[in-house]
Amino acid sequence: MAGYIATNNLGASFGGVQAIENITFEIPANKVTAIIGPSGCGKSTFLRCLTRMHELVPGARISGEVVWDGKNIYASEMDATEVRRGIGMVFQKPNPFPLMSVADNVSAGLRLAAGRMSKARIAEIVERSLKLAALWDEVRNKLHKPGGSLSGGQQQRLCIARALAVQPDVILMDEPCSALDPASTQKIEDTIDKLKKSYTFVIVTHNMQQAARVSDFSGFMLSQEMGEPGRMIEYGPTNKIFTTPERKETENYITGRFG
Amino acid sequence: MRRRLGDSIFAFVVFLAAFAVIALMALMVYELLRQSLPSIEQFGARFLISREWDPVNNVYGALPYIYGTIVSSLLALLMAVPLSLGIAIFLSQFAPRWLRSPLGLLVDLLAAIPSVVYGLWGIFVLAPFLGKTIEPFLADHLGSIPVFRGPVYGVGLFAASVVLAIMITPTISAISREAMLNVSRDQKEAAQALGATPWETVRMSVLPLARPGIIGAVILGLGRALGETMAVTMLIGNVRQLNASIFAPAYSIASVIANEFAEVTEGPHMAALVEMALILLFITLLLNLLARLLVQRTGNRAARLKGRPFAKNRP
Ligand SMILES: Nc1ncnc2c1ncn2[C@@H]1O[C@H](COP(=O)(O)OP(=O)(O)OP(=O)(O)O)[C@@H](O)[C@H]1O
Ligand SMILES: [Mg+2]
Repeated sequence: MAGYIATNNLGASFGGVQAIENITFEIPANKVTAIIGPSGCGKSTFLRCLTRMHELVPGARISGEVVWDGKNIYASEMDATEVRRGIGMVFQKPNPFPLMSVADNVSAGLRLAAGRMSKARIAEIVERSLKLAALWDEVRNKLHKPGGSLSGGQQQRLCIARALAVQPDVILMDEPCSALDPASTQKIEDTIDKLKKSYTFVIVTHNMQQAARVSDFSGFMLSQEMGEPGRMIEYGPTNKIFTTPERKETENYITGRFG
Repeated sequence: MRRRLGDSIFAFVVFLAAFAVIALMALMVYELLRQSLPSIEQFGARFLISREWDPVNNVYGALPYIYGTIVSSLLALLMAVPLSLGIAIFLSQFAPRWLRSPLGLLVDLLAAIPSVVYGLWGIFVLAPFLGKTIEPFLADHLGSIPVFRGPVYGVGLFAASVVLAIMITPTISAISREAMLNVSRDQKEAAQALGATPWETVRMSVLPLARPGIIGAVILGLGRALGETMAVTMLIGNVRQLNASIFAPAYSIASVIANEFAEVTEGPHMAALVEMALILLFITLLLNLLARLLVQRTGNRAARLKGRPFAKNRP
């Protein structure tokens, strides 16, 4: 099934230091899966492993497998660029192309993809993606302005629009609303809700209410001690994780009694 | 209170340093103008377009030298810029980590070799090689274009340009590499996460952000080429002529100053040489300005040609 991802004993390290370890996890298709956990437990690292971004860090290593649509994305015959095209990612820190115009930022992925698209078609996708990212009204008059001239929260939504524009199979979002006001956050959540019929979402969030609101499944990550690699402590349907978690650590974290 | 005082002292020192640069420049232009005044008054604009250079009858014209200087430098840029960008992109993006530092160091060392060494190597190795292989090849296959027509000597405008290109390549590639290394991983990941190949990542993220540094590098390289004296003097042939063929010997401003300066101390000949120095200064400034404009213009055009779906002033 497209969109379905399973990790099998996934581990990742930076220059010999293990950051995550032993993660066996399932991400159901056409659902929203939230990853929660304290800072530094390896949520971003885990997310980056799902679309072959981790290997781009010098000295980084990966073990285990990530199966997407029936294939291990780390198998030697898999093309990393194909994987990244199919599994899109919005980073924790907004990274629009600062000199490229707002419109070109959104269409950047389209212009990479093989085959030429008509300008009208591109314009249409740009508009739709910006609307989905709740940014259209704010930038419709400055589509030719450089992406770097937007505010921090606008840049975050620009990156969401850029990831949506290429219509990947799976969309990974690393704290997509960290810089957004409540109204924009609401709109992004609505978009996720609307799009999950056709996409699979994985979002990392520090906002428990958000995780409870938007996700169908949740995974709780934790590194037991300082310097220990992060592990997936517990995962399951969101309402179960948030009401009757099996592990004490999960309950403590969710109720804010962590640490 | 103390910090205030420190700040104002610092501000004053920095201002002084900046002012010194301007003062130095002004003083230099003033001196050059003053000493070349006799020549400027006597020949006027004719100095720039005349081919004569006759110390016996005291008639001077700079055109062949200006031509040699500009053409050799531009030819050198034409060869050095693509090569340097290739080196910089490889060193900053593609080279395995263990290869980066030694290769980078080697490039930096090339920049430190004295030009007389390049000149000697040019005369004994490069010029004979060019004269036996590349030049005849170009003349045979592209001879219908006047630029590649005519007898080949080895020594000449082309040989000087090649040596200049080799000399400025380390400078341009080292500075461009620095600029490319400064592009953050975040920025590259933005392209990579969209499925960009390594080359597409360079085009989409690295080159646009490194562009100011690359422009600076090219301008520095151009400056070095325009002013280079020793290696050019040894290779350009030192023949005062205007020949469409790049294989023909030529002459450059810096070379004629170096060759004739020792023979004269005053008089019209001296004034003419000083005016040449003034012209070289202006050519350098002018070409720098043009290079800046050109790169900016082509950059914008390239962005437009990519077929952006939104016109500039769409409401
Ligand atoms: N580029 C890197 N080089 C070395 N170590 C890193 C790097 N990035 C992350 N780490 C380490 O890996 C561990 C997990 O980091 P990660 O960014 O995945 O945490 P996180 O759960 O996303 O935290 P946060 O909630 O603060 O974003 C941390 O201990 C961190 O120090
Ligand atoms: Mg993170």
